[in-house]
Amino acid sequence: MAIRRILIANRGEIALRVIRTCRTLAIETVLAASKADLDSLPARLADRTLCIGPARPSDSYLRQDTIVQAALGVKADAIHPGYGFLSERAVLAGLCEQEGVIFIGPTAAQIEAVGDKLRARAEAEAAGVPTAPGGAVDNVREAMVLGRKIGPPLLIKAVGGGGGRGMKRVDRLEDIPSAMELAEAEAGAAFGDARVYLERLVERGRHVEVQVLGDGNGRVVHLGERDCSVQRRYQKLIEETPAPGLSADFRARLHSAAVQFAARLSYRSAGTVEFLVDLERDSFYFLEMNARIQVEHPVTEAVTGTDLVAEQIAIADGCGLRLKQDEIGPKGCAIECRINAEDPARDFQPSPGTVRTAVWPSGEGVRVDTHIVSGSRIQPYYDSLMGKIIVHATDRPAALKRMRGALAATRIEGVATNLAFLSGVFTDPEFETGGVDTSYLPRFLDRRRLAQEVRAHG
Amino acid sequence: MTLSAKDVAEIMRLLEQSSFDSLSIEIDGVKLNLQRGSTAPVQRAVAQAPSAGSQQPVQAAPPKAKPPSEPGLSEVASPLLGIFYRAPKPGEPPFVEVGSKVEQDTVIGIIEVMKLMNSVCAGVRGEVVEILADNAALVEFDEILVRVRPGP
Repeated sequence: MAIRRILIANRGEIALRVIRTCRTLAIETVLAASKADLDSLPARLADRTLCIGPARPSDSYLRQDTIVQAALGVKADAIHPGYGFLSERAVLAGLCEQEGVIFIGPTAAQIEAVGDKLRARAEAEAAGVPTAPGGAVDNVREAMVLGRKIGPPLLIKAVGGGGGRGMKRVDRLEDIPSAMELAEAEAGAAFGDARVYLERLVERGRHVEVQVLGDGNGRVVHLGERDCSVQRRYQKLIEETPAPGLSADFRARLHSAAVQFAARLSYRSAGTVEFLVDLERDSFYFLEMNARIQVEHPVTEAVTGTDLVAEQIAIADGCGLRLKQDEIGPKGCAIECRINAEDPARDFQPSPGTVRTAVWPSGEGVRVDTHIVSGSRIQPYYDSLMGKIIVHATDRPAALKRMRGALAATRIEGVATNLAFLSGVFTDPEFETGGVDTSYLPRFLDRRRLAQEVRAHG
Repeated sequence: MTLSAKDVAEIMRLLEQSSFDSLSIEIDGVKLNLQRGSTAPVQRAVAQAPSAGSQQPVQAAPPKAKPPSEPGLSEVASPLLGIFYRAPKPGEPPFVEVGSKVEQDTVIGIIEVMKLMNSVCAGVRGEVVEILADNAALVEFDEILVRVRPGP
């Protein structure tokens, strides 16, 4: 192996996750940490920690020059960007290419190709992957013409990025001008790119994504799908594999669409192709590709028995694809939920502070990825993810049972969390049945609120 | 009355043990603002004391800095992670040596970040007593580069 030392340009649970794999591979780790994270668990467990700047991400984790300078300064062979922060910035990947540092991820050109949502859409069409009816709109007149052709309800989306920003729902054609203006303003502010496009809105849709690995030379394998339909404001909360209730044929079509898309780009490293499954039309549409390791990757690891970070490193190191498609046989069911330091009683507002007690579950078929221990501080500068609980069992009912047990064994004190809320979802009959669409969580919240009001006034 | 570095360290320790996240004190025109895990500008003395967000046994930031040779020294910390250069160009005399007199705006070194040169000023008037960072070495954000004895 040429890679002996990796600079980790991230924080929190994913930094720790990368450190863990590096240890098993006898690779040295250097953590690039902000001043606020110098006492964090990953900072204590990395072989070396460098303070790269103040707490604010724009002064530390988002400074690509500093990250590359740090890698060069400690003679790191490679940079692992984790997820978020600089993970999908073509500029960082390009700077690495220029400076001879291995970027553990796709090429700068591939990041650019999937980062521009319109271009990704065009690539999907060229690869024979279905996309939702829609397309680019440069002005209101074009939007009206296209909107009339597709018919409402419609979705105006930002070309420059996702996450719900710059996204507007339109139920009546006459609302297109105002919604488009809003979407453009939001997109411009969030991504520095005000371009938008129009797509048919799928009322009853499920978010199903396919994990792929590519060697960068056109060879791509998939590691099955993940259903991430339990979302609140485009933030995933629960992810599971396999996606409940899909036929073997439908699932196979999803998998090959993802492989076709990634192969067309000669994609390198781990990536995820996201689809919207249209329940009413029994079809699916390409949404976007995420060119990074994802938060929910452990469910795939659980059922396939793989280490995706190790595969990322192997591919980056020029070892190519070590997994053969016919040898990847997912076994059983895995479910993950995200424990966030946020208060469901206050509209899920982040609740920074000191974690007095953190007791995480353990046992057969239970995995916890977390950087939080008793005494850890939840920083106000970063996202509120405290950890992920992943369970694995022979089937979905057994996995659900295991998750309920794991949540009951978890104790977090000192900050508000969504633990009790998650327990509520895992005992909800609708979720238990499986195959919920993306409108499930808002409906669950409404029902819960109603029940609480009835209790309060009854 | 003025606050010594020791006083500030003691106040920080009290804040650390309390359930509060910030503290503001004003004594005879001396203002002190402390925040847990904050990077907001604070009185210079604070930067010399242990870092606020720390829940580990107190350690000076950065951890490797050797203790000062005498009390009351001002520290010039690196504003960036990068490569530290003591001279404007290789072969030229260093900006400062031990014993050099500095003004607030005297350049004491350069931090290179990907070929971009950032000069670092003393920020205090006095005499250079210690030079901690080696020439052409990687320095971290907030790492102490030199110590200055404040003077007229």
